[in-house]
Amino acid sequence: MSKILEIKDLNTSFFTHMGEVKAVRGNSFSMEKGDILGIVGESGSGKSVTALSIMGLIEHPGRIKSGQVIFNGEVISNKSNKEMSNIRGSEISMIFQDPMTSLNPVYTIENLMTEVIIRHQKVSKSEAKRIAIEKLRMVGIPEPEKRISSYPHEFSGGMRQRAMIATALSCNPKLLIADEPTTALDVTIQAQILEILRRLANDLDTSIIIITHDLGVIAETCQNLIVMYGGMIMEQGTVDEIFHSPQHPYTLGLMNSIPKVHKKDKSRLLPIPGSPPDLMNPPKGCPFCPRCKYAMEICKEQMAPRYRIGNTHTSACWLLDAQAPDVEGFKKGCDIDG
Amino acid sequence: MAEKTPLLVVNNLKKYFQIKTPMFQKEKNLLKAVDDVSFYIDKGETFGLVGESGCGKSTLGRTIIRLYEPSGGEIIYDGVNIAEMTEKELLPYRKKIQMIFQDPYASLNTRMTIAEIIGEGLDIHTNITGSARLERIQDLLTRVGLKKEHANRYPHEFSGGQRQRIGIARALAIEPELIICDEPISALDVSIQAQVVNMLEDLQDELDLTYLFIAHDLSMVKHISDRIGVMYLGHLMEVTTSDMLYETPLHPYTKALLSSIPIPDPRASRSERIVLQGDVKSPINPKEGCRFSSRCVYKQELCDQVTPVLVEIQPSHFTACHFVKEINNL
Repeated sequence: MSKILEIKDLNTSFFTHMGEVKAVRGNSFSMEKGDILGIVGESGSGKSVTALSIMGLIEHPGRIKSGQVIFNGEVISNKSNKEMSNIRGSEISMIFQDPMTSLNPVYTIENLMTEVIIRHQKVSKSEAKRIAIEKLRMVGIPEPEKRISSYPHEFSGGMRQRAMIATALSCNPKLLIADEPTTALDVTIQAQILEILRRLANDLDTSIIIITHDLGVIAETCQNLIVMYGGMIMEQGTVDEIFHSPQHPYTLGLMNSIPKVHKKDKSRLLPIPGSPPDLMNPPKGCPFCPRCKYAMEICKEQMAPRYRIGNTHTSACWLLDAQAPDVEGFKKGCDIDG
Repeated sequence: MAEKTPLLVVNNLKKYFQIKTPMFQKEKNLLKAVDDVSFYIDKGETFGLVGESGCGKSTLGRTIIRLYEPSGGEIIYDGVNIAEMTEKELLPYRKKIQMIFQDPYASLNTRMTIAEIIGEGLDIHTNITGSARLERIQDLLTRVGLKKEHANRYPHEFSGGQRQRIGIARALAIEPELIICDEPISALDVSIQAQVVNMLEDLQDELDLTYLFIAHDLSMVKHISDRIGVMYLGHLMEVTTSDMLYETPLHPYTKALLSSIPIPDPRASRSERIVLQGDVKSPINPKEGCRFSSRCVYKQELCDQVTPVLVEIQPSHFTACHFVKEINNL
């Protein structure tokens, strides 16, 4: 399997009048072709900024300070906006959370879709329409020949999200980034959209990044998972590893704070106390330290290195160090990665 | 549960909105947001109300607290029908029923300090003034996990979770008996949601509160509720205890809804997911018949002719479906 995407030491900041907001701080990860990668984190954890950095869509006053985005073996983080616009929409596509605000209401679905297809594939208008109809059918819109001339407001929320996925797929991208694709939708519609995404990865070998805060969505769709907090990657691994032996107190806290519908016990939820860090002045050490019940002296001073737990599983927490105290569930004495 | 007296009984409550009607059309176009809904809430109980967007759950909550004028039906609070009271007669009941809103950013006036926001209710409903008033406000702030010093700050100085705590403190200020929680946690981060839910549970124990908890997050509703009502296009489809609803849902809509919840466990084996086909019916001038029939796989002729009503199929398990017995082999 070849790497479709590699992020190396990415730092993205926003330079506001109030000071520098460090939204993404030194993140590195990679993903294989045909993989579905989940990125989970709370609002302000840097997950959307990571996605926008990959797309080259960071706008003023934001800037990628350092680091590389390597897509399909090619560095794309230093490309000009013009070069990037050839890649966006054809090689890498993105779908957004709110399907109402991200589709232009004065254009029909046909206008919206054929514009992208003609721009990237240099085909005739009628050919572009044929491709558009085929994509709409693929995402399960009934009677696409008729519905293609509708305006976005004539579609329901789920249909709009499908139209947006169809547009994103119109040029057969290698990588699809879905930023909270189902957050605005009802559960019955969410189930349909997730099914479409899963099928895409399976049938067309499209690599997909799903950004969400819903652990249920992750568990059902993704193979690999990145847990972000305060602009940093806390834990990384396969979904099974992270759900069944979380090795970071933040991940553990997230798991404990959601109710278990499918289990009978009605025990109290175990919330994480406190609130997320201020990225204007992030804590010096680990960003999770002020809310962590296992916090030690070193956590306040220095961010933990990335410890390797298994082949695919890493976590940035001092509890995994050989000198750490024993805490149940945490595998102390891991090696530092890289 | 016959020995308990219900605190709130809602009988055939209706809320219709009049919408744009073509000039020569005889009948007015009516959007039936809440149509013939009946249920009760016992004292000290948490009644959960779930349903997808547009099903009328928030309208129902707002109609009960009389933010909307009901179009018909009864709202019986502690034995008294408040549905047709005048604003003046209603005042003592406003003190007993309070509401917590979904959006902690939109529901707090940005030009008022926290003390003013919380104190407003005290000024209207009580005679507490001066230092006693301030003490009460500070007491409320500490009760919801904030600090006394926060009283003089403005809403923008707080995070989403903290704002929701302020909203809760405001609702608690005049010692209500019933609190209508309209999606109180859906705008909050996962780790903060659990904090707020735990706090609501603690407050219920301490102050003997009754909740109507409206949400679309089924797992949270199950966690917090004693009984749950499932709404679809203005109608209640199923009402039962939260355990029964999740273990043995009887209505075809509830079954589909529950099977759509993603399980946060990659090793969990899930039963066959029921994917709903067809479109949601329009709530404007709905025809007689079951509202769910356009998407129901068990649909028969009768479903489009007669609107099913809630029937007690099993002890304290109500369903509005003509063929519930056949579908479930009861």
